[in-house]
Amino acid sequence: MSALPFTIYVSFAGALCALAAGTRARMVALVTAVLGFGLALVAAGAFSPSPGLQTLINVSWVGELGIRYHLAADGISLTLVVLTGLAATAGVLFSWNVEERAGEFFALYLALIGGVYGVFLSADAFTLFVFYEIAIVPKYFLIAIWGSTNREHGAMKLVLYSFAGSALVLAGLLWAHAAGGATGFGLGELAVAAARIPREGQIAMFALVFLGFAVLAGLFPFHTWAPTGHVAAPTAASMLLAGVVMKLGAYGCLRVALPLFPAGFAFWQQPIAWLAIAGILYAGCVALVQDDFKFVIGYSSVSHMGFVLLGIAAANPEAVAGAVLQMFSHGVIAGLLFAVVGRMIYERTHTRRLADLRGMPLHRALPFAALVFVLAGLASMGMPGFSGFPAELAILVGAWKSSPAWALAAGAGVVVAAAFTLRAIQVSFFGTTDKSVALRNAPVLHLEPITLPERAGAIVLVAATAYVGLNPDALLNWIMPALQSPLMQATLKGGTP
Amino acid sequence: MSLSADLLWLIPALPLIAAVVGACAPRGAFKLAAAAAIAALTGALLLSCGALATALAAPAAKLASNFTWFDLGHGAVRLGWLIDPLTALMCVMVTFVGLLIFVFSTGYMRDDARAKQFFCFLSLFAAAMLGVIVANSLLLLFVCWELVGLASYLLIGFWFQKPEAAAAAKKAFVTTRIGDLGLLLGLLWLQDSAGTLLLYDGGKGLLEPAVLAGLGGSTAIGLLLFCGAVGKSGQFPLHVWLPDAMEGPTPVSALIHAATMVAAGVFLMARVFPLLTPDALTVIAFTGAVTALIGALIACAQNDLKRILAFSTVSQLGYMMLAIGVGSWVAAIFHLLTHAFFKALLFLGAGSVIHAAHHEQDIRQLGGLRGPMRVTFATFAIGMMALAGVPFLFSGFWSKEAILHATHAWGVSQLPLYTGLAAVVLTAFYMTRLVAETFLGAPRSEPAAHAHESPAVMTVPLALLAACAILLSLLAWPSPWLQLLLDPSAAANDHADGVGLMALSIALVALGLGAGWAMYGRKPREKSMSADPLAARAPRVFAFLAARMKFDELYAATFGRAAYALAVFADALDRHGWDGAVRLLARLGRFTGLVNREADEDGLNAGFDATSESLRKTGRAYSRAQTGDAHGYLLMIAFGFVVLVFAVLFGGAR
Repeated sequence: MSALPFTIYVSFAGALCALAAGTRARMVALVTAVLGFGLALVAAGAFSPSPGLQTLINVSWVGELGIRYHLAADGISLTLVVLTGLAATAGVLFSWNVEERAGEFFALYLALIGGVYGVFLSADAFTLFVFYEIAIVPKYFLIAIWGSTNREHGAMKLVLYSFAGSALVLAGLLWAHAAGGATGFGLGELAVAAARIPREGQIAMFALVFLGFAVLAGLFPFHTWAPTGHVAAPTAASMLLAGVVMKLGAYGCLRVALPLFPAGFAFWQQPIAWLAIAGILYAGCVALVQDDFKFVIGYSSVSHMGFVLLGIAAANPEAVAGAVLQMFSHGVIAGLLFAVVGRMIYERTHTRRLADLRGMPLHRALPFAALVFVLAGLASMGMPGFSGFPAELAILVGAWKSSPAWALAAGAGVVVAAAFTLRAIQVSFFGTTDKSVALRNAPVLHLEPITLPERAGAIVLVAATAYVGLNPDALLNWIMPALQSPLMQATLKGGTP
Repeated sequence: MSLSADLLWLIPALPLIAAVVGACAPRGAFKLAAAAAIAALTGALLLSCGALATALAAPAAKLASNFTWFDLGHGAVRLGWLIDPLTALMCVMVTFVGLLIFVFSTGYMRDDARAKQFFCFLSLFAAAMLGVIVANSLLLLFVCWELVGLASYLLIGFWFQKPEAAAAAKKAFVTTRIGDLGLLLGLLWLQDSAGTLLLYDGGKGLLEPAVLAGLGGSTAIGLLLFCGAVGKSGQFPLHVWLPDAMEGPTPVSALIHAATMVAAGVFLMARVFPLLTPDALTVIAFTGAVTALIGALIACAQNDLKRILAFSTVSQLGYMMLAIGVGSWVAAIFHLLTHAFFKALLFLGAGSVIHAAHHEQDIRQLGGLRGPMRVTFATFAIGMMALAGVPFLFSGFWSKEAILHATHAWGVSQLPLYTGLAAVVLTAFYMTRLVAETFLGAPRSEPAAHAHESPAVMTVPLALLAACAILLSLLAWPSPWLQLLLDPSAAANDHADGVGLMALSIALVALGLGAGWAMYGRKPREKSMSADPLAARAPRVFAFLAARMKFDELYAATFGRAAYALAVFADALDRHGWDGAVRLLARLGRFTGLVNREADEDGLNAGFDATSESLRKTGRAYSRAQTGDAHGYLLMIAFGFVVLVFAVLFGGAR
């Protein structure tokens, strides 16, 4: 367990090395990412689940304000740290061909990873906030410098949304800190202080903090940064954005907003759940009519994150466990989908328009990519055998407990997911649904074959989603005990209508 | 030989292994994949026979083997396997029919470049289908149910180069998923109110009296589960995908879209029968009756060999659902079993014809195949008579009689009986039409003229299936063996007033055959272009039926258009609405910045300007007093600094 903080340090150190390494930066990045992933796995191996956060390091940082550098982990953080390591490793493999300013690219990439690790491991609200901000800045540069379509717009929009969200979070936290008379920013201390605040105050503070985090989780209607940002970002960055950065928001909701203000949450529970459901259905519908392949995936991400938010909103053990499982699952699956679309297809065909791809017999030119995309698509639409199935099942079981209407409405999202995923699979890889363009008349494509790093990355991710899909207990054994902690219990009790 | 429940998982596992072998086999290793698939299914057939022996030894015992899949706190999610006569009979049927179809496929798909994948997908399907059957947990059943749907998708779309096939595959998957949503919600409800999804669990399972008694509101639960069956079993109003599914290779149509998968809905309803309340059963009965009639009506006006059979399948599935609804799930399973054999026979016969006629499957273009394709014709005729319900010799007669009797005995309404009887006439009619158009008269096209009998690997399965189409009569006659095995309690009041109804239905069969013969058989069609006799007599009705009662158009105009409109609206909202709001906010921010700047210029800066002005005056006075410009520069620097600070501070907002 004590290895976990080093995931952060290793990532930042790797970022500096990558800056210095120049053209060999990708090797540095790979070593760093694998090292981080390895540390996470080692820690996971030694992890003995218990309720509550297990402190890793706790020292005073800004003494006068009671701010402490406090890192701690429970099963939920561990799940997400493992996910981060996995996504980081795969992301490096899928950006093996980045040559333009590679040193800076990988430096920013690793800095982002370090910030993400930091958020998942923070037990002090201020520390968490600092890491959260650290994670935002590299995103901007990654998109604005290495991105594609409309990158300045996408990068700016993403960063403005992120900063607006974090401003809300900061305001809410400071308010709670002051109004509750807290001595420090530890999550436990803040929760104790917040409990002293009258209900009306909690309602307002919860709204600030939750909304601030939920923006980054893609809560409808504050989700529009996500598809534009994903589309504009280079492959590895979209993998990370959808794969782990959106999880930061959901994690913040679950770790900070809910436990601190259970009374506030109880007030907002219904609207949040319905916004989450609206996101599931709405983003699914939008994905149905996109012509840009990456937009399809971007909106599917928003739809899947709706399930995470619904699980959090339902706030019972099944639903919350499902939400955490879904965070992992979506992190892996979205990474795969973006890798196929961004790296395997776009960088070879130089188009992401489905109308163009339709005329190319991609399944013959890139059979491996086709296979991976079909598997990822199946996983994405919740096929049994992949991680999405137990995750969405658990969320629906929990949602039904809170309100059958939620489960009904969210379940309809599964049908929509099937529709847009199958459309994307058929149009992109399996040629024409248009009679006028017969397949044999299509030009023979000569595309660069799928490279070894790409294969490795895809196999790792497919294996992860299949493993968790067949054996969800691998993660649930970590997650379930974490829900027994006093902070979580306050949420779960306050949250059941 | 017997099989314990602990080893039951081997039955689906063997084909699954074959699917993995097929997937990993090198490209073009068609023989390896086929051999693995056939060997695995043979093994599964032997094991199924063992399971049947176990079940026959103790028909009332529900031998279950359960295990935990994952743990969600309050209730661990448990799965399990179950041996009872229903499971065992279904296993034997699926593995046996499946095996024959696999063998047939080695002939049918021999020339296809992707035959390896074909057998991989077939094995995957078999594994999932057997999983549905042996599941002792509704969740495991649902998991396999989804995988069955996936395999069906892959196989319908096997020739995805054909746009129709790709579209049909998607339509099948999405349409059945609408039904699956209902099934899933039913499971959530059951999980929530009963705390388990196991069927039998030593007294704590869903189908055991203690839990059954405690379930409230179970009409809704039953209907939700029925939604799943409506989707999978092609019941009205979700039947539209099944005829389109005929775009898949014919062995697929035989296995999945006739014999096994589409019957899974009936199987599910039979399995959860104790959960169904009388109200739910009434809904099921009427749905089944409507489906039986609609399917039979549309089948009369189709010209595609496989589509006629597909609508016939829809109709027969309606019969089975009707049997469930009127409370005789045993009759439903009996018809399921007999139908599986004779419909697989008919589809493989159709496959043999299509194979011989170079993929010509329009019956107007066929004709005259009786001579060159004797085995196919003979076996097809047996299948046709079984389906039409020709008395006594054919199994279809007995199972259909069982359903009609149960419907007659139903206390709620006699309407379903009348629709059922009407469908009897229609079935005999359209099958006569099909056989007459395909096999009688003279060939009406080049491919039909050059057709010759298919190889033994295809005709031997036909002969075996034909034998079964007859021999399965033994399940009901001379003794109601199946009824006694599956549900002995209901066997006592069977066949109470049977003779009159049986005579009536025999007469109706004769009427249908006679009408069909009079219109199509007596004087076979001469040219492929000549008008259909039925169309000549009632052109508008015929056109309406030929257009499948316009269901597809109706759905496209309502649900399809609504969904599309919703999607376009959401897309526009995202592009212009939300994004517009954000841009508006940004513009508002810029505007505020502008206002601030103006305020700075006029208000704050004015003060500074005034100060500087006075400074400057002082300076000027000073400079007048002193000589040199240095102070003037300093002043300018100070002024510039102030402006710079403001530019940095407030300019950031721009």
